[in-house]
Amino acid sequence: MTETIPTPTTQPAAEPAKTRRPLRLSIVLLWVGVLTLIALLGWGLLNSTAERPEVGQQAPDFDVEFFDGYGWDGRTTANLADMRGNVVVLNFWASWCVECRDETPMLESAWQRYADQGVVVLGVAYADVEPNSLAYMKEFGVSFPHAPDLGTDISQTYEITGVPETFIIDKEGVIRHVQIGAVNTAMLDQIIPGLLAQ
Amino acid sequence: MTPRYRLVRWLVLALLLALLPSVALAQDDSTITDDEVNEVAKDLYCPVCESTPLDVCPTQACADWRELIRTKLAAGETRQDVLDYFARQYGDGVLADPPRHGASLIVLWVLPVLLVLLGGLLFVRLLRGMRATGPAATVAGMTDTVATGPATVAPPRVDEHRGDESLDDYIARVERELKE
Repeated sequence: MTETIPTPTTQPAAEPAKTRRPLRLSIVLLWVGVLTLIALLGWGLLNSTAERPEVGQQAPDFDVEFFDGYGWDGRTTANLADMRGNVVVLNFWASWCVECRDETPMLESAWQRYADQGVVVLGVAYADVEPNSLAYMKEFGVSFPHAPDLGTDISQTYEITGVPETFIIDKEGVIRHVQIGAVNTAMLDQIIPGLLAQ
Repeated sequence: MTPRYRLVRWLVLALLLALLPSVALAQDDSTITDDEVNEVAKDLYCPVCESTPLDVCPTQACADWRELIRTKLAAGETRQDVLDYFARQYGDGVLADPPRHGASLIVLWVLPVLLVLLGGLLFVRLLRGMRATGPAATVAGMTDTVATGPATVAPPRVDEHRGDESLDDYIARVERELKE
């Protein structure tokens, strides 16, 4: 048996266009898929490489809901913008953090000495269990404002690497010092008066 | 029975009654086993050590969290209540199975589906390309040159490839060369 193979020129002119349509759709889908993928990867990359706020940058705003009895200025909730005009010592801590136990008395001492000069020491309990946070604050007899890091939103915004970690923010809301690890009295007494004088 | 003995008996009874609620609470706490705690904890992730399930994490932070789970289960909260509490308190990131909305919906569900679709399309394109450049296509091209003569092999039908632009181009080029 023999078979004659028709050449493409023997085909009706309209047919190729009809049969090509699904292919074009697939190419469009392919490109849409590739572009969407690139966009998603870019978006993910941007999110994952969000850098921690550094010295000289504006401190990101955040909301806090203070622990009962540990509010600020008679408030039960506040945000960082409310504290503008004050030097803010933003301290991340946890009751399970051993190093925090060294710095908490120093932060309380700084609060006692500088509160009436326009300094807010704000403790943010990171990944801590509320009863343990309350017990810790009671144990150290702290009186400065404290709030839980609800949803770990604040620690994520500030990209903290662990606890303790402290950001000292000036009256204009600019970060002037970042301390990874515990702060101490000498450090606080060196930084805070300078910022108050500005 | 002397009045003094009667008084002591009433005092002892009153003391036992006063202690009863605390004894009952203590029993509630102790009835929650480590296995029950870990059954919930395995669906949570340690906030401090990344990618470590809560039930196996050795840090103090996680030990505290497990104790909180025990307390909540003892208080009658369900597994879902406990998971909801942790998500509310510490963010969706601590859940092993985060809710499907926002970024997690895109990353965990939309992206894999897109990747599979894209992979499928690429695979189909690759197969078509292989068919177009494979031996069958070569035979088809050769037999075109003897289109009017007898074919010694059963060639694939040219119109099988219709719609494949690369093959159409190839056939057109062969035809041009033949005319020359």
